Amino acid sequence: MATQPSPAHLSIYDAAAANRWRTLALIAVFTALIAILGYFVGEYFSPGGGVAVLPFALALAFGSSLVSYFAGDKLILAQTQARELAPNEEPQLHNVVETLAIGLGMPTPRLFLIEDSAPNAFATGRDPRHASVVVTRGLLDKMDRTELEGVIAHELSHVGNRDIRVMLLVTVLVGTVALLADWMWRSMFWGRGRRDRSGGNAIIMVVAIALAVLTPIIATLIQLAVSRQREYLADASGALLTRYPPGLASALRKIAADPEPLEVANKATAALYIANPLKDAPAFFDHLFDTHPPIEERIKRLEAM
Amino acid sequence: MEIVVLIVIVAALALFLIATYNRLVTFRQRVKEAWADIDVQLKRRHDLIPNLVETVKGYATHESTVFQNVTQARAAAVAAGASASPQERAQAENMLTTALRSVFAVAENYPQLQAVQEFKDLSENLTATEDKIAFARRFYNGNVRDYNTALQTFPTNVLAGAFGFKSEEYFELADTGEREAPQVKF
Repeated sequence: MATQPSPAHLSIYDAAAANRWRTLALIAVFTALIAILGYFVGEYFSPGGGVAVLPFALALAFGSSLVSYFAGDKLILAQTQARELAPNEEPQLHNVVETLAIGLGMPTPRLFLIEDSAPNAFATGRDPRHASVVVTRGLLDKMDRTELEGVIAHELSHVGNRDIRVMLLVTVLVGTVALLADWMWRSMFWGRGRRDRSGGNAIIMVVAIALAVLTPIIATLIQLAVSRQREYLADASGALLTRYPPGLASALRKIAADPEPLEVANKATAALYIANPLKDAPAFFDHLFDTHPPIEERIKRLEAM
Repeated sequence: MEIVVLIVIVAALALFLIATYNRLVTFRQRVKEAWADIDVQLKRRHDLIPNLVETVKGYATHESTVFQNVTQARAAAVAAGASASPQERAQAENMLTTALRSVFAVAENYPQLQAVQEFKDLSENLTATEDKIAFARRFYNGNVRDYNTALQTFPTNVLAGAFGFKSEEYFELADTGEREAPQVKF
């Protein structure tokens, strides 16, 4: 019996390898987005100025990637006002995290607590050695042990397969794109672009405006698509780790039934949590802007395991 | 022309050999790391037992054979930890588990003991450690399976022998079984 397969860790090694490529691809796509945006902003203000702006745009893309890789988790932890738990606080949580981390063969991540009664959790960091798992007070109060194990196993799967790194980079890069586009809007609105030369300039103008509108949307859509897809995988590998899918299913049901939004969550960090912390369900755009797959669908998949 | 073809073939072969060798080393390293995880937890279990025996002894004075058994089983398990193969080690650990079980059976006859905080802490700690051993074992066995599968599949099996890679043993505990599914309340 001891030789039964344990696909949990297998898929984690595979997912980690796949995520390495995904990370590179994402950085490439975002750098391209930022470069194109920067180029057309430059052209908009003076013909030939696009090339001059390019180095700055690329430096910004590269710099924000570096910052998010090395300090993104600290920024996110600070933003959520999470407090690190001492080793003697919440012994049950420590125990569950340690045990499940052993099951994935990785070091125990640092543990943080958000004092908020809305049950939720997320993981962040760049790799298993620099990982943090954050839970809310509501999660500890409202979940029983098997449910807590389900949630923690889900989060540790995100850590093990390096989803946390992908999400970290995506979160910060989307922020950078939004910042650039915003700055471009302002300068177009207030600044004096040269409109004395018609022809080529008109096209540049249209393209620049279209880009300013579209890039933040494209960036957000990439972020959300990446996030939604990762949730199913983390649910599955988490359930394989605990060998008990109903635990996570029941936890998700409880989180979904809880009406309170999480105060410290915002649009930028919403995608990190195990379930949408904002409790906003826009019927608009038909789930295109959802951060998470529908919770009923996740529960259904868990129950089918 | 022929020389170019020959060089390409030799280069491709060399690359294949290097890739295979490195893959096997990675797998073997994972097995070693996973084994270290088990080792840590087993040592922790061994460290907890003397305290448990002392605590129970204070209340159950007439059960000396039970304590002797568990002390001996622990000594054997510690000794096995120094050098033995996973299989031999699992055997020693199984003996220890059986002996521990009889200690807890004895403890159940002494209600005062059940109320002692130290006893509660120790048994909780032991249960947590058993849980960790179970998870560490699962991770280790998964890695052994991956490694052994890689060793036995063609064409790696031809090269593995030449490179001196040997298959690893599973760590099989007799009666741990998989954790029973607890009741869920809705």
